[in-house]
Amino acid sequence: MDLGPFLFLATLEGLVTASVLALTALGLSLVFGVMRVVNVAHGEFYMLGAVIAWFTAATVPGPAAVSFLAAIIVAPIAVGALAAATDWLILKRINYNPEATIVATIGLLYMIQQATLTFYGPDARPVEAPIVFRIQFPWFGYSGYKIVVIGFAILVLALTWAVLTRSKLGLLMRATQYDRETAQAFGIPVDIVYAGVFAAGAMLAAIGAVLIVPIRQAHYLMGGEALLLSFIVVIIGGLGSLRGTIVAALFIGLSDGIISVFFTPILAKILATLLVACVLILRPQGLFGRAPG
Amino acid sequence: MKIQKPSRLAVNSVTRRSALKGLGAAAGASAVLSAAPGFVRYSQAQSSEPIKIGFQVHRTGIGASYGRWYERVTNAAAKLINDEGGINGRMVEIVPEDDGTDPKRGAEVVEKFATRHNCDVAFGTLFSHVVIGSAPAAGEQKLPYFVVSEGYHVASGGLNRYVFQPGITDVRQQISSMAPWVSQNLGKKVTMVYPDFAFGHDHRDFFSKAIAAQGGEVLELIPIPPTESSFTRYFPRIPSATEVLYHVMVGPGVLTFVKEMGEHFGSNRPEIFGFIDSLEAVDINSPGLEFLEGSHFWEAYPRYKQANSSAHDALYRKAVGIDDSGASTADPKDVSTASHMFGCWETLFTIKDAMEASGYQSTADRGKLIEAMEAITTIAESREHPQGEKLFNGKIHQSFGKQHISKVAGGRLDVVHTTSLEDGFYEPEADYTTQAL
Amino acid sequence: MSNSVSPRALVLHLGVLVILFALQFVLPPYHNGIAARIMVLAIYAIGYNIAFGYTGLLSLGHAMFFSAGMYGAGMSARLLEFAAPSAFFVGVICAILASCLFGLLALRTAGVAFMIVTLMFSQAAYLVILYFNNVTRGDEGFVIERTLRQIGGLDLADPVVRYNAAFVLLAVCLIGSLYLVSSSTGRVMIAIRENEERTRMLGNNIFAYKLLALTASGTVAGIGGAAYALLFGYTGAAFAEIQYSILPLLWTLVGGAGTTLGPILGTAAMFYLVDIASEFTSAYLFFVGLALVLMILLLPKGVLGTVREKFVRWLP
Repeated sequence: MDLGPFLFLATLEGLVTASVLALTALGLSLVFGVMRVVNVAHGEFYMLGAVIAWFTAATVPGPAAVSFLAAIIVAPIAVGALAAATDWLILKRINYNPEATIVATIGLLYMIQQATLTFYGPDARPVEAPIVFRIQFPWFGYSGYKIVVIGFAILVLALTWAVLTRSKLGLLMRATQYDRETAQAFGIPVDIVYAGVFAAGAMLAAIGAVLIVPIRQAHYLMGGEALLLSFIVVIIGGLGSLRGTIVAALFIGLSDGIISVFFTPILAKILATLLVACVLILRPQGLFGRAPG
Repeated sequence: MKIQKPSRLAVNSVTRRSALKGLGAAAGASAVLSAAPGFVRYSQAQSSEPIKIGFQVHRTGIGASYGRWYERVTNAAAKLINDEGGINGRMVEIVPEDDGTDPKRGAEVVEKFATRHNCDVAFGTLFSHVVIGSAPAAGEQKLPYFVVSEGYHVASGGLNRYVFQPGITDVRQQISSMAPWVSQNLGKKVTMVYPDFAFGHDHRDFFSKAIAAQGGEVLELIPIPPTESSFTRYFPRIPSATEVLYHVMVGPGVLTFVKEMGEHFGSNRPEIFGFIDSLEAVDINSPGLEFLEGSHFWEAYPRYKQANSSAHDALYRKAVGIDDSGASTADPKDVSTASHMFGCWETLFTIKDAMEASGYQSTADRGKLIEAMEAITTIAESREHPQGEKLFNGKIHQSFGKQHISKVAGGRLDVVHTTSLEDGFYEPEADYTTQAL
Repeated sequence: MSNSVSPRALVLHLGVLVILFALQFVLPPYHNGIAARIMVLAIYAIGYNIAFGYTGLLSLGHAMFFSAGMYGAGMSARLLEFAAPSAFFVGVICAILASCLFGLLALRTAGVAFMIVTLMFSQAAYLVILYFNNVTRGDEGFVIERTLRQIGGLDLADPVVRYNAAFVLLAVCLIGSLYLVSSSTGRVMIAIRENEERTRMLGNNIFAYKLLALTASGTVAGIGGAAYALLFGYTGAAFAEIQYSILPLLWTLVGGAGTTLGPILGTAAMFYLVDIASEFTSAYLFFVGLALVLMILLLPKGVLGTVREKFVRWLP
């Protein structure tokens, strides 16, 4: 294939990765930004979203579009409820201590992974896409559903953005983020905000997973990569910067794909990885973070 | 199975038992096997403790899809052995330990078999890095270690005298025996897509060599990084002059890989030849795989029951609980890893034969067991070896067997070609028998 | 460098070492072999603790230092047929170089950015091992010839030799880390962990201290890696994966970050937690996870961290 079409394809692929990554990373960014804790189990919430989507799609009868629609409603709600319970049962009790949270969420990661392995099994299982069509470009064919994913992700992102910046809910969250004690003093129910933020973060990951599952299947180990990439995106974007998270998701998604056009695959991975490291070495506060001091 | 007594053993310790065994062995291959229960009567004054077989199983980690089926097949074979009187009159006890598909835990588990469970032998590993990581522990503990891995690691001579692979062929012979058929029937200009780790490199190296010997050539090598979960962007690297696309992938991403390959090509595709590893434990009728119709796969063991399948195949399928389509009889959506898991069945029966031939009584007889294993030459197709006849090379601890090429047609896989044993032969590069026990 | 290891701290550590040494005479073979493995892995955790527990450098990339030691030793044995002592030496040198060079780059960042930079470099190191698979044998790894695993005529694969080799290395690393954290350098490290800005204003060269801590930490981790390769005879890319960067973090946190003995306790606890749970159920990871959650609810600073906070204030 010529360079032009090849680049075009890599860009399309990068956009698909970036759009789902933006959702997942935005979830982590909320938790990280507001609560100041690293949720190691974030990737497992993503995985659970995919697995619950599979169960829902397998249970709900009717055409693929209907069962998929059910999945994209059921999965985030179920995952969000689990996350809220986690916050209330565990994180609140260790007072959101950053180090204790790492251990607790690693423990949670083990529990979720093993439970999924036991009840869902080790196989990667497909969910049928709600819409199946193939776009035939002059040089290659492309899955139409992937384009749909990009569109839907943008929709969810816009919605989240609106909630965070325009609603009272977003105001409460931002207030809590800036100063927990003061927020409490002003009568903001910090406990509820935290549980809500933790649940919302997990729900965003779950939505991303439901979107990706018709492309990449549900598998009990899929959370690891999602966690790593989201984590990278959040830091590259700059902590607490919504815009940064989205730009960084684009940067990570596209750079990985486009570099792979010019180098052998594994060399491309090495270069993409080092590129991320270099960005942070040159700009430790992230692309849109404020420099300290 | 024909067993030649190692001469040293024969001179030093011709017991009544081993003499009888020798006679039995001379009487012919499957006769010994079917007579096995009868031999139990000769086993007097011995331990009634079970023979413990440590089972290193991938219950968690990326090997879990395979591990689950390895466990089912192993339990089925052990049950059959026990129903028919066990080994040397002793029951077989399978002692499973999860290795997490991790070489560190693998080595720990092998030590645990030897020093905690006091197992007689260890068995059952699939993933190569776990095999290689565990092999030193097996050698140090002097624990016979039977792997079901396909890797070329055993035959290469890189491990040690305690490691055997009698129940499954290695990738080198699998790949080499495919090249003639591929070049004669599908095309000579090949592009290879394979995982960028050792298993894939074996494919890269051995197939490139084998296809060149057939007058063909590899146009492009496309190694996929093991951390990858989407593949579309690699397909444009496939040159348009490609006549045959050769693919082999493993791990959780396989279905995505095959689906994206379909999206890329649409109806306009080259010939496709794949190793079934790309679709083990995956239903070939999954949505998105329609484009595979008419493509070919290597299979070690036909997933779908064939018209000319033997009675052994029927018994094996029933015992391990898979139907004629190679899926679980309990859940038709649960597809087996047919081309790998049969190795567990065959290996257990080979361990049984070698234990009986060597008059194995206790862990003190492990040396005799090793020598009896190395003395094996031929393994006949039988109930115990439903995949087919094999030659066992005692010097490199590896068996050689037939391979199948199957075509996807009408939503199932049917065998169109079966190789001969000779197609996979190569010059042995090692001799484990020179190592001290 | 004034050192101020308190006598009772020294007695405690020597006592722990005496017990570890004596254990080999009473442990049954299985636990004997496991103890050797735990001691080698605990070296890795001790190294990690120097950077994370004492200096506050949360690294997600220590697997690259562990594998620098492992591959330095393993590759020199495989390709150059170096015997154990020289291979070990090469491994340690590799770890020193890797951690020092890496520190020069990565310590320009701090906090979460440091976490990601360590993660990225470590991932790149893993991929480099795969990329040069023709010499490294990639993910599959390789076995180190038993004939090379000898030291002064002693076979490192022999259980008694192996136990004592692991013990000696652990003892050196433990006492070394005790002296380091009790020294004036160690006090600056701890001050950086507690309040970097104030420590800087007191006139300390933060970068130099961090680099020293990271190099010491990476070197000890590399000692663990080189020892693992030579004592257990295997080198493979699995040890360079992200998971092996998370493990020492977990071990350290469980035992108590910023306590010298915590990493040993944490490594042993996690090992036995997995080993024992897996004997009762095939779903053992669930119970391991549950145990971690319960532990952190009861002992939020890890076992020894909480013990120090509540009972034994002088614990180093």
